[in-house]
Amino acid sequence: MDMINLTIDGQAVQVEKGSTILDAAKKLGIEIPTLCHLHMHEIGLNNQPASCRVCVVEVEKRRNLAPACATPVAEGMVVHTNTPKVLEERRTVLELMLSDHPKDCLTCAKAGECDLQKVSEKMGIRKIRVTGTAQSTYPLDTSVSIVRDMNKCIMCRRCETVCNQVQTVGALSGVNRGFEAVVSTSFQVPLAESVCTYCGQCVQVCPVGALTSNTSAVDRLMADLADPDKVVVVNTAPAVRAALGEEFGYPAGTSVTGKMVAALRKIGFDYVFDTDFAADMTIMEEATELAERLQKYIKGEPVALPLMTSCCPAWVNFIETQYPEYLDLPSSAKSPQQMFGSIAKSYFAEKLGVQREQLVVVSIMPCIAKKYEAQREEFSVDENPDIDYSISTHELAGLIKQFNFDLKNLEEDDFDDPLGESTGAGVIFGKTGGVMEAALRTAYEWLTGETLEKVEFDDIRSTSSGIRKAAVQIGDLTINVAVASGLGNARKIMEEIKAGNPDNLHAVEIMACPGGCVNGGGQPYHHGDFSVIRKRQAALCGEDVEKKIRKSHENPFVKKLYADYMGEPGHGKAHELLHTTYAAKEKV
Amino acid sequence: MEKITTVEQLKTICIAQQEAEKQERVSILVCGGTGCQSSDSQKIVENLRSELAAQGLEDMVEVVRTGCFGFCEKGPIVKILPDNTFYTQVKPEDAKEIVESHIMNNEKVQRLLYLDPKTNEHISDSKHMDFYKKQQRVALRNCGYIDPENIKDYIRQEGYQALAKCITRLTPEEVIEEVKKSGLRGRGGAGFPTGLKWQFARGYQSEQKYVVCNADEGDPGAFMDRSILEGDPHSIVEAMAICGYAIGASEGRVYIRAEYPLEIQRLEKAIESARECGLLGEHILGTDFSFDIQISFGAGAFVCGEETALIHSMEGNRGEPTTKPPFPAESGYWGKPTNVNNVETFANVPVIFLKGADWFSSIGTEKSKGTKVFALAGKINNVGLIEVPMGTTLREVIFDIGGGIKNGKKFKAAQTGGPSGGCLTEKDLDTPIDFDSLVAKGSMMGSGGLIVMDEDDCMPSVARFYLEFTEEESCGKCTPCRVGTKRLSELLKDITQGKGTMEHIAELKRLSQVIKDTALCGLGQTAPNPVLSTLAAFEDEYIAHVNGHCPAGKCTALLKFYIDPEKCKGCTLCARNCPVNAIEGTVRNPHSILQEKCIKCGTCMDKCKFGAIVKK
Repeated sequence: MDMINLTIDGQAVQVEKGSTILDAAKKLGIEIPTLCHLHMHEIGLNNQPASCRVCVVEVEKRRNLAPACATPVAEGMVVHTNTPKVLEERRTVLELMLSDHPKDCLTCAKAGECDLQKVSEKMGIRKIRVTGTAQSTYPLDTSVSIVRDMNKCIMCRRCETVCNQVQTVGALSGVNRGFEAVVSTSFQVPLAESVCTYCGQCVQVCPVGALTSNTSAVDRLMADLADPDKVVVVNTAPAVRAALGEEFGYPAGTSVTGKMVAALRKIGFDYVFDTDFAADMTIMEEATELAERLQKYIKGEPVALPLMTSCCPAWVNFIETQYPEYLDLPSSAKSPQQMFGSIAKSYFAEKLGVQREQLVVVSIMPCIAKKYEAQREEFSVDENPDIDYSISTHELAGLIKQFNFDLKNLEEDDFDDPLGESTGAGVIFGKTGGVMEAALRTAYEWLTGETLEKVEFDDIRSTSSGIRKAAVQIGDLTINVAVASGLGNARKIMEEIKAGNPDNLHAVEIMACPGGCVNGGGQPYHHGDFSVIRKRQAALCGEDVEKKIRKSHENPFVKKLYADYMGEPGHGKAHELLHTTYAAKEKV
Repeated sequence: MEKITTVEQLKTICIAQQEAEKQERVSILVCGGTGCQSSDSQKIVENLRSELAAQGLEDMVEVVRTGCFGFCEKGPIVKILPDNTFYTQVKPEDAKEIVESHIMNNEKVQRLLYLDPKTNEHISDSKHMDFYKKQQRVALRNCGYIDPENIKDYIRQEGYQALAKCITRLTPEEVIEEVKKSGLRGRGGAGFPTGLKWQFARGYQSEQKYVVCNADEGDPGAFMDRSILEGDPHSIVEAMAICGYAIGASEGRVYIRAEYPLEIQRLEKAIESARECGLLGEHILGTDFSFDIQISFGAGAFVCGEETALIHSMEGNRGEPTTKPPFPAESGYWGKPTNVNNVETFANVPVIFLKGADWFSSIGTEKSKGTKVFALAGKINNVGLIEVPMGTTLREVIFDIGGGIKNGKKFKAAQTGGPSGGCLTEKDLDTPIDFDSLVAKGSMMGSGGLIVMDEDDCMPSVARFYLEFTEEESCGKCTPCRVGTKRLSELLKDITQGKGTMEHIAELKRLSQVIKDTALCGLGQTAPNPVLSTLAAFEDEYIAHVNGHCPAGKCTALLKFYIDPEKCKGCTLCARNCPVNAIEGTVRNPHSILQEKCIKCGTCMDKCKFGAIVKK
């Protein structure tokens, strides 16, 4: 490897050829402020437009200032990152940005998490000397999942890059020129009419409050919590417990399940359940469907393969808009959130003896596409939705803070019965590969009649890339499985299938967010640090190991629910309550 | 035309065409540039042809529609060969007289000849006109001389022989060496040495490389490249092929504004006929060299003249620049090594090989070789397209070639380099124009727009005009350009509207420097130039505005209209014409203007027959 020697602020440093000044400065522990720059090589995200110009530095013999983030180092280069000229011009660039930025920081959804705020604070901006007054204005675009307040956009293009490069959705692009330039949809249609899948990866990377999640459900939830006639039930997705603690000072990767349950109970939820319970049901249904499709396949009957998972609402949106000709591939099983809602508003409402309208079912999700999913027409009965409110991890953290609970000092509590019991299989749903592994644990035992001793499927656990493939031996049968996270990887799998499925895949798990639900759009902001996501994944694996029961079909309450209420998985009442349909969508 | 497969065949056709021209009786050349076409020159061609047919002369006299002659001020131009008669401001109905008088009776149509403003005498031969005397046409050598839609005309001018020489007798390295030796520098504005640029592109190994011609001419008032492509498209086709041979590319692209239909049509025709003749395509002139050209259309964004933005636009992406390095020579069109040159740069290339690098480098100054084409516009008598050796002074360009300032007004400044350049003033008139001297003066060569301003032009307003242009044409990618140009233009707006303070002026300077230092691409980095250069030369004018006065009398917000009671006869004409009823007074008594109502439209001043209305 060729090495380059340069000097930054009087300190000599040697870095690999091709490194940027920013990389070299980092090596010296010199932190040059940045805004647009975002490099997450783990997920193939490299946003390097060099457009914000906050990271400008002086390079000797260069006529103008250089953006540290995009200027490659050169032998003998002499860089100054903090001369009065650099500081003055960097401040002016920031002031220019701020001169076209709303000053509603007190009430901004990104307050405290805003990179622009942080950089401005670091640079000691106390006054905006730039005397111009015009402020670019764009209409607020409120979709059920994402709110676009483009008046706050600083044109860093991170959202565009993650949407196009990583997710390959292509909902966002720069439009207009000059002062009016902004990131928008094609023909500037509302997000709801665009190909956006609501995966929320743009929300995760937006440095300011331009892209945030729609939090309007929280207000309505508060009213319902205060209503004595309403029974309010909550269920929490697996990925939530692995990230919520970050908002309260826990290191990333701390599982705070018990404390979260305690907080929810104190907030006033009448029943605190676990989405993992529904995840176990999902496995019952999907494994049944997989077994049935495989049996047909073995008999040589026509059958849609590979079976694709359908837990992820952004993935469902993706296939409905991008690959509508393949809608027979995803399992017809509802997602855990919707299975939970369906069971809560039927079985549980009956059990409590209340009307479904009286029962308010809330889900806490790492995901903001879940907000969209909750209001899909298929998931309501007489206009009463199965899930009344889908709240993100981030929103739950906000609620706990408002209620002034000190999460760290809450005594751990347990989920309620009967919909709170879950297995290790349900827990790992929150990370990439988890659904496939859970399904294999069950499918193996069903198909072979033998007990699976080692429940970890290491081949699909590797975290090295976005797509993992493995041939899994189940008795005499070899099942080819694939696991993909990130919609860009989902696209690669779909293109393979389009090309005739050369690897003869039988089952595929897709999660729209790179790394799985732990990296969902509703999770605490990762601020570009993918190690946070890895730690959250590890937390879920740890919780799986701790569980006494680690196979979905062994969940005693799930078994009882089928025996007492629904009958056989995949048929009759179970099919009626737990399955759905998909429809092609035309979007721009 | 038949396919040309050998160099000998090409030369044979050239000689045959030259012979034919010698025997040709009379040629009538009619300017078919965009300017003259919009003054109905196509109709002149048609009328001339039908008049000739009516007289049975159609086989004896040829009517050729050419590219631009340059003297747009006096267009449409008709030139008759072999006697070099230069008719100006010809109308379609003049065709009959030209045919009957000039062609049939050998009597020149006096009234259509150019009238020299100095001597008040008619000049028949353009050689003797001041407008042409100091010009040297290299890039424009064929414009206004050949039929751009006829490849034979180009071949007659030794067209494609430079290409033939390069691909049969020189190695790519020798071609690059020759271009380097010629001293040719990029005519798009920055003046980067062309040979060096080619050498960089050659240095990167790739199975596929591209030659791109930047025809996205976007400076307000500039039409050099358009005229070249309209008047001599084959020179660009030939030069691109030479460049392709030199750098190792087999594909060329011309990025051209979709809003220039004539330019596109002529280039398409040229490419098509070059293909038919085998001068583009596989195995050109029987060699192993293959090259072809396609046209990409731009939607008319100024920023797409920046080479990385241009490449992104060609790829179907948003036309916005990316940071360099990597330079296009390393990673350009579709990530392949790409050489981007401007139209005028290419236009110079074939001549270098026909006449030699030494000949080329004998023209111009020490560091700027050859000639430069300028589009003269603004308050100048001879608006048009000119080409002068590098090193010609601004005085020669404006006063000799340009014929001085319109209406006898006083010269104030000239803007070179368009919105990226700066203004040159009285004290710069004797500076030899070349790349480096203009940069030293706070301006730049730019692509060749030259806009002349007179004493009536208000410099803060001029700066505001350019800033409003860059503000609108900024792609919006980087902060300093997206927001900075807006803020500069707001400051200038305040100043020209009488709301400026001394702090405004200080802020203009501070912000301009920041934008220069921090903007991503050339557009942003040079956007403050009009502000800084007008401030350097005319700061007093800015201060006057701050003090509530526009010395040029242009800024309406700073003006007040008054009626001189001594001169006013009370005719009521002004009051009757005032659109806002801001003038009161009775018949035969002096009128007065209600300042709070007045919108400063100037109608009263135009209407007053007694010069009683003054603006201050």
